[in-house]
Amino acid sequence: MNTFAIDLSLKPTTFDLWHVCLAGTVVLLSLILILLLLVMLIGRARCKKKSAMQPAEPAVKIVEKIVEVEKLVQAPVPEPVVLKEATSDAALQLLGLLQKEARFIDFIKEDIAVFSDADIGVAARVVHEGCNKAINEHFTLAAVRSEQEGSKITLPEGFDAATVRLTGNIVGTAPFSGTLVHKGWQVTNIRLPKLTSGHNAAIVAPAEVEL
Amino acid sequence: MSDLPEQAQQETAEAVEPPQAGTRFSVGIDLGTTHCVLSYADLDRIDDEEFSPQVMAIPQLTSPGSVEEKLQLPSFLYQAHQAELAADSTSLPWAAKPNYLVGEIARNLGSKTPIRLVSSAKSWLCHTGVDCKAAILPAEAPDEVERVSPFQATTAYLQHLRDAWQSQHPNAPLERQDVVITVPASFDPAARELTVEAARAVGLGQAILLEEPQAALYSWIEKSRGDWRKHAEVGDIILVVDIGGGTTDLSLIAVTEKDGNLELTRVAVGDHILLGGDNMDLALAYTVKAKLEKDGKRLEAWQLQALTHSCRDAKEKLFNHSELDNIPLVVASRGSSLIGGTLRSELTREEVNRVLVEGFLPKVAVSDRPVSRPRTGLRSAGLPYAQDAGITRHLAAFLAKQQGATDELKDINLPEHASFLHPTAVLFNGGVLKAGTLADRLMDVLNSWLRAEQAPEARLLTGADLDLAVARGAAYYGYVRKGKGVRIKGGTAASYYVGIESAMPAVPGLAPEIQALCIAPFGMEEGTQQELPDDEFGLVIGEPVRFRFFASNTRREDKVGTRLDYWTNGELEELDEIEITLPEEGRRPGEVVPVHLCAAVTEVGTLELQAVSQKDQGRWKIEFDVRAGD
Repeated sequence: MNTFAIDLSLKPTTFDLWHVCLAGTVVLLSLILILLLLVMLIGRARCKKKSAMQPAEPAVKIVEKIVEVEKLVQAPVPEPVVLKEATSDAALQLLGLLQKEARFIDFIKEDIAVFSDADIGVAARVVHEGCNKAINEHFTLAAVRSEQEGSKITLPEGFDAATVRLTGNIVGTAPFSGTLVHKGWQVTNIRLPKLTSGHNAAIVAPAEVEL
Repeated sequence: MSDLPEQAQQETAEAVEPPQAGTRFSVGIDLGTTHCVLSYADLDRIDDEEFSPQVMAIPQLTSPGSVEEKLQLPSFLYQAHQAELAADSTSLPWAAKPNYLVGEIARNLGSKTPIRLVSSAKSWLCHTGVDCKAAILPAEAPDEVERVSPFQATTAYLQHLRDAWQSQHPNAPLERQDVVITVPASFDPAARELTVEAARAVGLGQAILLEEPQAALYSWIEKSRGDWRKHAEVGDIILVVDIGGGTTDLSLIAVTEKDGNLELTRVAVGDHILLGGDNMDLALAYTVKAKLEKDGKRLEAWQLQALTHSCRDAKEKLFNHSELDNIPLVVASRGSSLIGGTLRSELTREEVNRVLVEGFLPKVAVSDRPVSRPRTGLRSAGLPYAQDAGITRHLAAFLAKQQGATDELKDINLPEHASFLHPTAVLFNGGVLKAGTLADRLMDVLNSWLRAEQAPEARLLTGADLDLAVARGAAYYGYVRKGKGVRIKGGTAASYYVGIESAMPAVPGLAPEIQALCIAPFGMEEGTQQELPDDEFGLVIGEPVRFRFFASNTRREDKVGTRLDYWTNGELEELDEIEITLPEEGRRPGEVVPVHLCAAVTEVGTLELQAVSQKDQGRWKIEFDVRAGD
């Protein structure tokens, strides 16, 4: 019977087939190992390069954002965006009121070249009367300056340039003395109608159909 | 956060005292024929001589989609077609979709679509012969338009006022305030009852009534800041002339003395005259229309309407600017072309004087009386407008009829030869009399009558705001009721009678010859009652029994139980029938129960009639509003 006995004192004397195979396998495995290690090394080197780049990118962005914020703070005026929307409704509303009370749009949109002054005058009464009513009802108007137009007035230092406009020979320093050309108008109170959600302000005059 | 303690306080106060406790405002509501006004004053903050009522700005729709605040709420209601208005274009600050369109929007839409407009609901309330809870308005509407009753319309105006108040004073609900609602002095018991019922329907069960001319005088007293005692003296008879948009109301108030203090007593009220500023504008419009038609121009209905509007403005300008002689009138075309189709005319001072001053306030003798033509043909289902436009003739008739109004007051002595009651002072109210020309003419005519009888001329009491005085005076009345300031004594403005054929039993369908049995005397004060125990009526259980009902504003001497076999024409005025139905509970149907009548004037200011059974002390209310006209 052919039996395999393990005897550690024996030494190989020739390169038999088994040993050649063994040596080949060892060389192959070690080659694979070296290859794997190389791949890992290269991969790590690449990763290091990437990770060294990545933190640099956000840092740049933050700087950019800060700059943007600074820009916003530096320009605080763009609130008209909100104001604009409010005024478009209010302006349409005013147009609607003037049309309703005074036929304002009808009058302005009509070609008056073909009519005589007398005819236009008659229509102008409607417009004047109605505008007067609409304006008085919804606005309280007051003169900016109570003095008589044409009289001499003196403007002290620090007068409000928004309410009084200087014209003509503007030289020297305040107090300024000059003639009141126009007394000015200011609205001291506005009473515009409130609008319901279903109101379309763009329709300043609905079409009218009589049944 | 801050409401909480306050609410708690109110609640505890309520637990101890009647619901009136916790009241902070005195609110006056002028429920006018053409406009409503609400005025209020903070009762906690008034010092004794400082009373400053404010007039509430009433948010209301003015056109579809826009809400404006105005001091007056036009008393109009519009029944819009479901396709007429865009969705969400009728919301109010407190309601996304209100039940009724009232106020400015109703008037505006109604001016172009009159068939859907309800107006003058108040005049319908005291229109004899109409069931005020039947849906009858708009009277001229085609069948498919949903109708409302005059009562519902009144309720809708009150509801709007209440909601407007609530949205502005969320911490002071109106039902917890002192509320005074004004009614014309000439309102009959049924109309007063309906007004109170309308108030109750919107939760204002505590509201009390005040006659408009009295409210105007209260406003004058309040405005004079205690000075009124210098302008009024013992023996004065103050004539209050109230010419509003749709009605003219006359009252007399006497100034007497008691224990060294001046006292005011309302001694007489006039009839309900359906004649006012609207008639004047219409009269002017027809004058201009006639002028245009002479030039061959035909006017359409909408043009007449527009003309009426411009006549109103032109009239005011002519009255306010004496230097103007004529005002051009322009009726613009309806299309978008304004210049071509415009109709032009003018209104001259001469026309205004002829039509308004001479037409409505003619110079007449005090012996003149209003002309009343017999109504031609069937009376349509409209309001009984005054046939004679001469307000001075109505005034002459009133003063002559009330000649005996002050007989019982020892401080007032009328000369022997007087043919009418001589007023010594005049207080004006109502927008029409803002025109100086008309006010002057009225004074002229009155003073010419007084001069003819050698009486001193009447003086004009000035200082009242003719548009808002009634509401302000009503708010002041709430303050007076707290025991401050002078109170006008009034009581019932008429004595009341039931018609009976024989002593018993009363049956429906009475023969024309009847006696009038007085059941409530003139001047019964609020909170008193009078019984008529002797005259027993037999009432049939389960069957409605109707009585004919009469009022007199001249018979002051009649006591409860007085029987009149005969009365002169105009002395007694027949009102709508009153009705009583005895419930069947505990009795056999058909059984006759002997009852006597009891009249009471409630604190609210309405007349209450009851039938009282002597056997078991049962009490049954007698209803006024049985105007179904059958």
